[in-house]
Amino acid sequence: MDATHAHDHGHDHHPSGLMRWIKTTNHKDIGTLYLWFALIMFFVAGSMAMMIRAELFEPGMQFMHPEFFNQLTTMHGLIMIFGVIMPAFTGFANWQVPLMIGAPDMAFPRMNNWSFWLLPVAAIFLIGEFFLPGGAVAGGWTMYPPLFIQGGMSYDLNIFAVHIMGASSIMGSINIITTILNMRAPGMTMMKMPMFVWTWLITAYLLIATMPVLAGAVTMLLTDRHFGTHFFNAAGGGDPVMFQHIFWFFGHPEVYILILPAFGIISQIIPTFARKPLFGYASMVYATGSIAILSFIVWGHHMFTVGMPAAGQLFFMYSTMLIAVPTGVKVFNWVATMWKGSMTFETPMLFAVAFVCLFTMGGFSGLVLAITPVDIQLQDTYYVVAHFHYVLVSGALFSIFAGAYYWLPKWTGHMYDEKLGKLHFWLSVISMNILFFPMHFLGLAGMPRRIPDYALQFTQFNQIASIGGFIFGASQLIFLIVVLKAVRGGAKATDKVWEGAEGLEWTLPSPAPYHTFETAPMVK
Amino acid sequence: METHQDRYYLAPPSHWPIVGSIALMLLAFGFVMDLNGMGNGKLVMLAGAGVLLFMLFGWFGTVIRESEAGKYNDQVDLSFRWSMSWFIFSEVMFFAAFFGALFYTRTISVPGLGSGETMLQLWPHYTATWPTAGPGLASKFTPMEAWGIPAINTLLLLTSGLTVTWAHWGLKKNNRTQLVLGLILTVALGMCFLGLQAYEYHEAYTKLGLTLGAGVYGATFFMLTGFHGFHVTVGTIMLIVILFRSMAGHFKPSHHFAFEAVSWYWHFVDVVWLLLFVVVYWL
Ligand code: HEM
Ligand SMILES: [Cu+2]
Repeated sequence: MDATHAHDHGHDHHPSGLMRWIKTTNHKDIGTLYLWFALIMFFVAGSMAMMIRAELFEPGMQFMHPEFFNQLTTMHGLIMIFGVIMPAFTGFANWQVPLMIGAPDMAFPRMNNWSFWLLPVAAIFLIGEFFLPGGAVAGGWTMYPPLFIQGGMSYDLNIFAVHIMGASSIMGSINIITTILNMRAPGMTMMKMPMFVWTWLITAYLLIATMPVLAGAVTMLLTDRHFGTHFFNAAGGGDPVMFQHIFWFFGHPEVYILILPAFGIISQIIPTFARKPLFGYASMVYATGSIAILSFIVWGHHMFTVGMPAAGQLFFMYSTMLIAVPTGVKVFNWVATMWKGSMTFETPMLFAVAFVCLFTMGGFSGLVLAITPVDIQLQDTYYVVAHFHYVLVSGALFSIFAGAYYWLPKWTGHMYDEKLGKLHFWLSVISMNILFFPMHFLGLAGMPRRIPDYALQFTQFNQIASIGGFIFGASQLIFLIVVLKAVRGGAKATDKVWEGAEGLEWTLPSPAPYHTFETAPMVK
Repeated sequence: METHQDRYYLAPPSHWPIVGSIALMLLAFGFVMDLNGMGNGKLVMLAGAGVLLFMLFGWFGTVIRESEAGKYNDQVDLSFRWSMSWFIFSEVMFFAAFFGALFYTRTISVPGLGSGETMLQLWPHYTATWPTAGPGLASKFTPMEAWGIPAINTLLLLTSGLTVTWAHWGLKKNNRTQLVLGLILTVALGMCFLGLQAYEYHEAYTKLGLTLGAGVYGATFFMLTGFHGFHVTVGTIMLIVILFRSMAGHFKPSHHFAFEAVSWYWHFVDVVWLLLFVVVYWL
């Protein structure tokens, strides 16, 4: 792909080759970097999941030591969250936000570059942990003390990886907020912005408000490890539970950071393929806002079993259930958008429809977990694993697939291979359910999470899950092939690409030129 | 076609970000090596710090040159304002984590250790009063008295908030002497603050037995005041930079975002100190 200039700048010297990507200040280049980074990390963390499922295929220990198994679950979680879902969404934001609001680029192109180029450093740290004495961190992605305080060198490296990823997220968020608030084309009022832009604006606020808190929490871990403080040690008047409070004050908004941009993508795609405007646009905006605000007062639902006064349990139970209301508004609006639409089911729409159904299931199992007495039974079982994989795999990840298929023609100028796309969809959606649905039963029957061995009676469901897992893993290679094919060639995409597509990005040629909207468009 | 000035300035490709990434990588990895007793950790950290300084000079230098060349129009100026405001907000949230820890230990974990079954089973002789080094440590310490150095420091910082505003008035009236004088005073007050705090830390460690290891009191005391002190240091460095820029004739009465950003930051540091003074030293 050559760097085509729509308008030629005599004074801009764009380096080529590797240097183009390292020094780039172009939002499309940076978006592409984010997306490739996320895809590579997806296969890294995915192969860890394959190892986990291989070990769990049978009871007893097959392939690895228990410590290594724990390292795998921990790093799988950390990398999937911080290295795959978040960078992928930021990649979408980089590509799409300027195109959707008619801005020439992001507000701070250099800082944008830094936000990306901090991520490979963090990735080197995280993956490098496996090669240090003692191996990678093994206490779970939640990094709870006292385990986390007792580990070796990789624990320190992990702390700094979190710091660096946090810095990247904060700079990225400041950039996105400033771009959206200050760079909209004339006439693009806030309430005309595409839903994807709205959801990212709110996500960016969540990031700025919670990433520093996580940084504080891991800093306290570091000082407890090396500088003699007793934040999380009762002997000095501290409390390990305090870490959980601080962590989940970040952690619950974090899960909304992982899903709000998904809501945005789905809200772009469904109207296009239903050929109807989004039902209840304003209510979507307000629902997203309320979800974000409520997400700050529900963290205790991760801590029902650590000991909490009854009043606290009740508060967190009801506040958690309250979040289901704005979430329900969204699901209702998506369904109402499809109602009596003239729908077609190209791959992006298939993923979007699957999202609506399966994310809702994940939401429902969340509601089950929100009920304190029930959660006391289910906490730390496979039921929780089933819950968060329904919201994260068939939720966040499917929305990323949907968005990638939806915008690939605009990015590359070529239609992707629809047959392969559909194959990828059907294999993913079926195997995903084979993989995660039985986990509900395993959890209800009492199988604990993060343990490499299990009692005999759990064997069958685990084998079903593992088979689903292997099919799911293999199917993702199809996605890689589809993307590579679309980048290299294929049927020429039209400007509008999709018959029902609306919005500024579809007024541009496909592929979108290197510089766009240098003169702001007028939005009526 | 519009003129250059009407356009939102978009930076050309730049190598500074990757230099920054390498700097942070060296710094963090060197620190990890050092913490784990590997020989060359400090050296790697030093290299990282050097690269970081090089990057900061280069990057900010570029921004200053672009600004002085008049490349930033009003819209760019507004972008800077939004970003600085939200950056300060993120800093507020960083401090919130440590204030939260102080609140939690004072109202939940310490009283919890001194009452009920926990006390009876584990530390039957523990009386939970604040300040405390916790029930299980032998450490004895004297807490920091609020109405000595900390009160003087409060006065210093409050005054420095006034002097920086006075300098700002000077800038707006294009009274350069008032601008430079105000900044010099502010820098001096900031440095006095830091000097007194260093003295206070020295006293704490040598005379009062108050250390990072002195239970949750020591931990929250040093983390809160320490991170605040770090922010004062950064703020003072930023003040020195704009002082030199003022002396070099930078900034116009109508266009001086860098000055305002530094003064916002300085006021933020001031407000954090007031909170610190009340909840860490006084109450
Ligand atoms: C209706 C909305 C939701 C409700 C009521 C809900 C409720 C819950 C509850 C109560 C737990 C704690 C279970 C336990 O540890 O015992 C939990 C765990 C979790 N949820 Fe949700 N949730 C919802 C949506 C989401 C979404 C949208 C995401 C992410 C996209 C998500 C991701 C997670 C994750 C990752 C965990 C496990 C954390 C861990 O312990 O490692 N949830 N959820
Ligand atoms: Cu939660």
